[in-house]
Amino acid sequence: MQPIGLVHYLTVGAVLFGLGMFTVMTRRNAVGILLGVELILNAAALNFVAFEHFVTGGVAGQVFTVFIIILAASEAAIGLAIVLQVYRGYRSIAADRLTDLKN
Amino acid sequence: MPDFEGPIQQVDVDHGHYLWLIALLPFLGACVNAIYSSGLLAKAVEAFANLARSDEDQRHAPRKIAPNSVVRAVALSAMLGAFAVTVYHVVQLVSLKPDHRYLLSHVWRMARFGLLDINFDFAMDPLSGLMCCIITGVGSLIHVYASSYMENDPDYWRFFAWLNLFVFSMLLLVLGDNFFVMFFGWEGVGLCSYGLIGFWWKDYKKATAGMKAFVVNRIGDFGFITGLAMLFWGLGGAWTPESDYAPDLDQRFVAAAPAGEEAAASEEREEEPGGPEGSSHAKPEHKDAAQKPESGQKPDTTGQGYLTMTAYPGALLYLDDSRTEMKEGGKPLTPPFVRHQLPGGYHSLRIQPGNGVDDQLVRHVAFGGDKEVIVTLIGPTVTFRQIRDQLAIHEGHDPKGKHTFLEALKDRRTGSHMLITVACLLLFLGACGKSAQVPLYVWLPDAMAGPTPVSALIHAATMVTAGVYLIARLSFVFSLSPTACGVVSLVGAFTALFAASMGFFQYDIKKVLAYSTVSQLGFMFIGVGVGAYWAGVFHLMTHAFFKACLFLAAGSVIHGMHAVEHGEVASQDMRNMGGLKKVMPLTRWTYLLACMAITAVPPGLAGFWSKDEILFKAFTTKNIAHVSGVTIYVMGLTAAAFTSFYMWRSYYLTFEGTPRNPKVLKDVHESPNAMTYVLATLAGLSVIAGVLFGASWMGKLFGLDGPILESWLEPVLSQAKVHFAEPGATVEYGLMGLSVGLAISAWAVARYFYGENRAKDWDTKEQRVPGFTTLHNKYWVDEIYAATIVKAVLKLRLVLAGMDKYVVDGIVNGVSVVTRVVAWINGWIDSTFVDGAVNFLAEGTLKAGHKLRGLQTGRIQNYIYGALGGVAFFALLQYFLAFNK
Repeated sequence: MQPIGLVHYLTVGAVLFGLGMFTVMTRRNAVGILLGVELILNAAALNFVAFEHFVTGGVAGQVFTVFIIILAASEAAIGLAIVLQVYRGYRSIAADRLTDLKN
Repeated sequence: MPDFEGPIQQVDVDHGHYLWLIALLPFLGACVNAIYSSGLLAKAVEAFANLARSDEDQRHAPRKIAPNSVVRAVALSAMLGAFAVTVYHVVQLVSLKPDHRYLLSHVWRMARFGLLDINFDFAMDPLSGLMCCIITGVGSLIHVYASSYMENDPDYWRFFAWLNLFVFSMLLLVLGDNFFVMFFGWEGVGLCSYGLIGFWWKDYKKATAGMKAFVVNRIGDFGFITGLAMLFWGLGGAWTPESDYAPDLDQRFVAAAPAGEEAAASEEREEEPGGPEGSSHAKPEHKDAAQKPESGQKPDTTGQGYLTMTAYPGALLYLDDSRTEMKEGGKPLTPPFVRHQLPGGYHSLRIQPGNGVDDQLVRHVAFGGDKEVIVTLIGPTVTFRQIRDQLAIHEGHDPKGKHTFLEALKDRRTGSHMLITVACLLLFLGACGKSAQVPLYVWLPDAMAGPTPVSALIHAATMVTAGVYLIARLSFVFSLSPTACGVVSLVGAFTALFAASMGFFQYDIKKVLAYSTVSQLGFMFIGVGVGAYWAGVFHLMTHAFFKACLFLAAGSVIHGMHAVEHGEVASQDMRNMGGLKKVMPLTRWTYLLACMAITAVPPGLAGFWSKDEILFKAFTTKNIAHVSGVTIYVMGLTAAAFTSFYMWRSYYLTFEGTPRNPKVLKDVHESPNAMTYVLATLAGLSVIAGVLFGASWMGKLFGLDGPILESWLEPVLSQAKVHFAEPGATVEYGLMGLSVGLAISAWAVARYFYGENRAKDWDTKEQRVPGFTTLHNKYWVDEIYAATIVKAVLKLRLVLAGMDKYVVDGIVNGVSVVTRVVAWINGWIDSTFVDGAVNFLAEGTLKAGHKLRGLQTGRIQNYIYGALGGVAFFALLQYFLAFNK
């Protein structure tokens, strides 16, 4: 049993990223897409912290992560607000039905 | 050269301090009268003040013309000022030694092309000093006369503006140091003559007379400028050591002994930094020659020598090229005219032209015992003094010592003639135009349409003598060509005879005087043609006095006759006159004296001395080719007899006998004092000028060798080598007696036919004389010119118009057709190919856009597929590239 190192973190990050990406790609539901984006952001935050800890050493990665969390929170707030408004307008939150600007 | 003594004689550039003022004053007078007195200034000021308003009334408001007294004061003070400055400078000339009488005033440099400096310079030597005295002196008198004569003319200011401008131009002509300034004056007098002949321009005939004068003068001006170009071209070169005369762009100075003396000089040019040893372009043998000049015939370098130097105004001349000496305060000599006595031996000179542009070295000039060396700029130049000095060079830059500058110039040919001859003849054509000689005299009789003071000033005393002045000024060039001199004297003699015969049966008193003027100018040309330059100038001077007097007296008569006859023609017609001596005594006496002066009847008055000198010199001349002096003499003598006849005829018809209309004696009155006093002054000058300036014994009284005028002009004319036979006093007195006898006989004839007791029907009798019609109609020369030259020119005009219409227009139209065809082809190419390409591009883009818009679906998933596909593609690419090496 080897000690937990960089590769483990990266593997977890990659899995998270893959799940997030999968979610974004497969969901038609706007809320589902937002969830997938959250997963991708967390994967990136995990990678920041891991590289900071194992490669350079310092606090820059943590600072970035804090920013990402704040960013994710803001994004979720704004995104959900938009979704709510979209639902009011269309009676639906399926992203592929928002085609008013097309043509 | 005349005697010379003293250690240093130097004529300074600054000596002629106020020469420019002589010309400037009349110019200012003209400007003031034209701008202020005309009311132009006041109107301009008013218009400026009322700039905002633009009502019609104001624009057409009459100009406030200055009163006559202001105009008169301006014009007269300008003239008198110019005269005073002239006198000041002439006095200055007199105080100098004869061969130093040369004043120069450098005003500014107009241009410099290559080697040629064109300076706005005024120069006064004895010749131009004399001319200036005549122009400003007689000019002032005529201004005084005119101020009264023109009193009632509404355009008083315009008359005086033109008259002052004329005097300004004339002064430029005679005071100019070079051909260019002279040419400004030459054209200026032509212009002013045009303006003054056509002064009463509302009369069509008078306006056209002005135009005729202008156009005929253009032919002469063409000759002048072409002759100048020829002369310039002839001088444009220098000799090579091989004795060839080659064009050379190097500026050179030459030091040489004047003609007739042994060669004692050599020349070399150096640039400032090169130093004496840095001469690269001098040929070796030349250098040897320079250092050991004339080893065969070594010059005598003992005693004293003289150095004469001409160069740019403001140049500096250092002796012996000693720069240390310069630093220690060795004073440079200042050209343009330096004459310096030096100990014998070899010297070198450094010449620094004006503005310190470059600096030339003339090395090893040998000064022999009492010999003279001239250093001068050679090559093309337009300055009279420099041309003259070049021609004085006898031996120069030639090792063989054979080819002289003068000979080189004489050898230049255009076709089969000497270049100098051609240049002189062309310059003489210019002189013919201005001085009204055959064949260009036709404008002068018509010029009598102008006011009488104009006739006196321009067409008797000043402008028409410009040609004589030109030839006297260039005497050193004309004397090189016997052919040209022969032509000049023959044309002069022919004109004298021809014009005198035309004066026989004229009825217009001014016309008689006009033909007389042409004839007298012919005499002047005989003088300058046969080589008696001073005699020609002498006659010019005496003629200025007596002819101005005659014209002004005629003007006074016409002025008086206006009381009876109101028509222009009638008041000048001698058939309406007669017996005027009772009512116009002063005018009559002055006319009589001037008449005696011109006809040379009683020995003593002006014309006798000058005309007799000219005829005697014509008889004895050895300077002309192709025509014998005796022929010229006989023609001149006949013309003199003719002169006597027609002048006395005019006198008797005007002043003696009884008029046909008795009202003449009752209503005609003597002219105002301003006019008669001027007449009296001029008559007095006519009486004394001849004996004062032309008599040998008068010269002896002042300790001179010859007549005063001859000695006075000698420094200017001495370089022209002229030779006369010396037949002795008996022949001289015989010829004098002959001419006086002929003149008196002609007087007697005139008195018999037209005197006190002339027949009542003298004019009908006159008309029966054989040849009357021919003479009265002036040989129909005007008609012949009209039928030939004028008609030919008018025909030519049609030919040219046709040429313009068919050839030039044809070419232009052809070009336009071709252009249109090309434009059509061009348009087709443009619309088909260029537009096609552009449209193709635009439509292609549009179609591509339509095709490509399908890619943008708006579905995020699709974009992510694309992005992932791209990442996968580059990851695989990287994988294969990085790991499959």
